[in-house]
Amino acid sequence: MSRHDVVILGGGPAGLSAARRLADLGIRNVVVVEREAELGGMPRHCGHLAFGLREFHRLLSGPAYARRLAETVRGLDIRTRTTVAAIAPGGEVRVMHPDNGVGTIAGRAVLLAFGVRETPRSTRLVSGDRPWGVTTAGALQQFVYLSRIRPFRRAVVVGSELVAFSALLTLRHGGIAAAAMIEAGPRITARRPGDWIARLLLGVPVLTQAKLLAIHGKDKVEAVEIERSGARQTIACDGVVFTGEFRPETAVLAQSHLALDPGTRGPAIDQYWRSSDPQFFVAGNMLRPVETAGVAWAEGCAAADAIAAGLAGQLPPPEPAVPVSIGAPLKYVYPQRLTLPIGDISPLLMKARILSAARGRLRVSADGRQLWSRWMTALPERRLSLPIARLLPDDVNSVAVEFIKD
Amino acid sequence: MIASTERFDLAVIGGGVVGCALFRRFALGGVKCLLIERGADILSGVSKANSAMLHTGFDAPSGSLEQACIQAGYAEYLAIHDKLNLPLLETGGLLAAWTEHELGKLPAIVAQAHRNGVADVRQVDAAEVRRREPQLAGNVLGGVLVPREHVIDPWSAPLAYALQGLAHGGEIRRNTEVTSGDFDGERWHLETTTGPIDARVVVNAAGLQGDLVEAMARQSPFTIKPRKGQFVVFDKPASRLIGACIMPVPSERTKGVMVAPTIFGNLLVGPTAEEQDDRDHAAVDRGEIEALIARGRRMLPALAGETAIALYAGLRPATQFKDYQIEALADRHWITASGIRSTGLTGSLGIAQHAAALYAKNFGALTTTSEPIWTPVPNLAEHRPRRHGQPGYGEIVCHCELATRAEIEAALSGPLPAGDLGGLKRRTRAMMGRCQGFYCSARVAAIAGGRLADLPTGSAHEPA
Repeated sequence: MSRHDVVILGGGPAGLSAARRLADLGIRNVVVVEREAELGGMPRHCGHLAFGLREFHRLLSGPAYARRLAETVRGLDIRTRTTVAAIAPGGEVRVMHPDNGVGTIAGRAVLLAFGVRETPRSTRLVSGDRPWGVTTAGALQQFVYLSRIRPFRRAVVVGSELVAFSALLTLRHGGIAAAAMIEAGPRITARRPGDWIARLLLGVPVLTQAKLLAIHGKDKVEAVEIERSGARQTIACDGVVFTGEFRPETAVLAQSHLALDPGTRGPAIDQYWRSSDPQFFVAGNMLRPVETAGVAWAEGCAAADAIAAGLAGQLPPPEPAVPVSIGAPLKYVYPQRLTLPIGDISPLLMKARILSAARGRLRVSADGRQLWSRWMTALPERRLSLPIARLLPDDVNSVAVEFIKD
Repeated sequence: MIASTERFDLAVIGGGVVGCALFRRFALGGVKCLLIERGADILSGVSKANSAMLHTGFDAPSGSLEQACIQAGYAEYLAIHDKLNLPLLETGGLLAAWTEHELGKLPAIVAQAHRNGVADVRQVDAAEVRRREPQLAGNVLGGVLVPREHVIDPWSAPLAYALQGLAHGGEIRRNTEVTSGDFDGERWHLETTTGPIDARVVVNAAGLQGDLVEAMARQSPFTIKPRKGQFVVFDKPASRLIGACIMPVPSERTKGVMVAPTIFGNLLVGPTAEEQDDRDHAAVDRGEIEALIARGRRMLPALAGETAIALYAGLRPATQFKDYQIEALADRHWITASGIRSTGLTGSLGIAQHAAALYAKNFGALTTTSEPIWTPVPNLAEHRPRRHGQPGYGEIVCHCELATRAEIEAALSGPLPAGDLGGLKRRTRAMMGRCQGFYCSARVAAIAGGRLADLPTGSAHEPA
C-alpha cells in the first residue's frame, strides 16, 4: 500500500484545481486518480464556448478548457485509466489499473471529486418502448464531439435546465434537427436568455407544461407522446435526449462508511468540506447537482485550503458539530452540519435549493431565533445563498433553514 | 435471383433459449442442423427478458411435462455449467406469507414440492424467516424455504449452448424469417427472407410466433396469448437487502411478484402479468412500474431508499394450456416445442433432451459424442472474477459495469458476434449499469463502428 499526503479522486475541474492548489501550498505528496485516459472531466465533451472565465479569464470551449486544466497540473503525480473500486476508513482507496492490477493507496486526506451524471430515462420511469435513440445530454455530447457519430437525425429534448440548451447547441453542431424542447413545469428552468436562444436563435419550439407520456418505436425511436393542456399529441422524432436531473456519482460511496445526504444525494459535509469521516473531503459537483465547471473549480481550491489546514493540524476536531436542518419546500442545504467553533465559512458554502417554484421568505434561525431572512421568488435548480457566515454565534446548538411560502 | 437451397437434417425455427438448447442437443447428436432466428441476434424475443433463475421445479404441476423438463434441465445445467464457464449462485428461495390466507396455503406448497421430489423444501416459522431475511416487512407470518433455487446468467447460458452447437457443426442464420413452408412427404422446403432452406425435420421453437409457425404443419391446436411481464432493476447496493429470492405465495393465476438478487449483483422486482394481443411490442408502463415498486417496498421496506436503474418488459408465450406444448408429428417430420411460457430458461436443456428422444423415436438415431467440444463463455457474474482487475485487462469502457474494451471487441467477433446493440449488452454488460450509457454509449458505438445493425454510423460532421 502506498501512502500519500493527499489522494484526489477525480480529474475534473474540482480535482485538478485542488491538486494545483495543494502543490502551490507546498504539499508535495499528492496523487490524482482519474478513470478516463484523459484529464478534464465533463467539459471534455462539451464543445461550445462556455468555460474558463473564472479560472483563465477567457472564454474557452470545453475541450480547450480541459486541456488548460491538464496543463496546470503537469508534473504532478497523475494516474489516469485508474478506477476506484472502493474506499475504506483510514483514508484507504482500492484502485484498479490495466497494467498495475489491483492495489490500495492511502492518503492522510482524500478528496472525493467524482462529479455528477444525468438521470437516465429508466430511473425517471418513462413509459413506452425501449428502442435505440434514447440518450442523455452528456452521452449526446460524447457522440457528437468525441466519437463524431450522429446518433439520430431529429430529436426531442426533455428538460430545460442549462444543460438542455447545451444539448440544443450540440444537436446543431452535429447536424441533428431539434423537433422540440419539452418541459413539464410552467416555465423553463434555466435562466434567461436560455429560452430566447432556443426560440429565436435556434428556432426550436419550447413547450412548457408538456408532460412526456411515452416513447414509441420498435428498433428505433419513431415518436414521443406528450400531454399538454389536457390534450395528447405526438411528436415524430428518432431521438430523445433526457437532460439534467443530475445526481452525484456516488456508486463507490453507496457501499462505503460515508454518510450520504438524501437531499443532495452526495456526501454530507461540514464547513471544512469534510464528510462524515473527517479524513475524506468533498468538492465539486459530488457535493450536489449541479454547478458550472467554474464553481467546481473554485470549490476544489477552497477544499484544498481546508485539506492543507487539516494536514497542518489547524482544523477543529469534527465534534462537536450542529446539524443544519431544512424543511419543505427546500430540497437541500450544504454544508449539512457545522463544526464548532464556527469560524469562517467559505462564500461557496451555505447554499440551498428549493423543490419547486415558490414565493415567500427564506429564513435562517439559530436556536429558534431568526438570524436572517429575505423575501424572494425561488425557482428550482437555482442556488439560494444564505449569507449568514458572520451572523452565527460560536456556541450555537442548532441551525434551521426554512422557506415560508406567502 | 435463384438462391441455391441448402440441405439440412433439421431446422430449428427460433433462436431463443429453447431454440439454442435444441440446436446444441441436436448438433451434439450428430445431426446436421440449422438454427433460424428472425431477429438480428439470438435471444431477441421472449428470452431477452426473464427472471434469470434456475428453478428446482418445486412448484411445477406434478406429473406435467413442464416439471419433467425443468428437473432434467436443472440437472443438466448443474452438470455442464462449469465446462461452459456459466455462473451459478445458490441463493435459495423463500416464499413468504404475510396473511393468514397465505399462511394456510404453505403446507400444500411443501407437499407439492415433496411430490415433485424436491425433498429439502420445508416450512419455516416467522422467527426463522426474520432471522434469514431481517429486511423483510415485519408482519411476515411464515414461509417456505426452497434451498436449491439458483440465480444464473440468462443470456450467457443460451449463448454458450449456441456456441457449442456451432462448434459441433451446426449453422445459425440470423435476420432470417421463415415466410412459408412446404412438406413433400420427405422433406421440408422453407422459404425465408434470406433464401430457401431444405430440411428433413423442422422444430418449432418460435416462441411468440409458435402458433403461426405451427400452422405450416397443421391447424395449430394452441393459440399464443402473449403475457407481458415488466421488471424493475435496482442498483447494486440494493442487493445487500436480501439473501434469497423472495417469492410471494402464488395465486391461481400467477406466481406473483418476486424480489430477487441477480447474477450481476443487482436486485430485481417483477414480473407483472398482463395479457395483450401484440406479439412484438413489450412496452414498459409507468403506472405498472410504480405499482411494482410499491409492491416490492411492501415486501422489503428498505427498498424505498434504493435507486431503480433499469426497466424492462418481456412477453411470455402463454397458451390456453398450462403445460408445455411439445410433441412430434411423425408423418409431418415436425417437432413442436411451444407454449413455454415462463420456465424456459431452466427447462430448455430438459426440453432439448425430450425433443431429442422424440426425434430418435420418430426420425432416426442420434449419435453420442464421446468428447464434446466445450465452448466456455466470458464470465459476467458479479461474484466471480471478471476480466477487469486481472493483469493486462486494458481499458475500461463501461465504468458502471466495468466492461473492458477487450470484452467488447471479443463480443463483436468470433463464431457468433453480437448482431445488435442488445446482443452486445447481453454479452458484455456494457451500458447495463446505473448510468445506462451516459458515460459509454458513444464509445461503444465508436468501437462497434457499424458492426451492429441498429447502431448509427453516420458522421456527426457531414451534412444530413
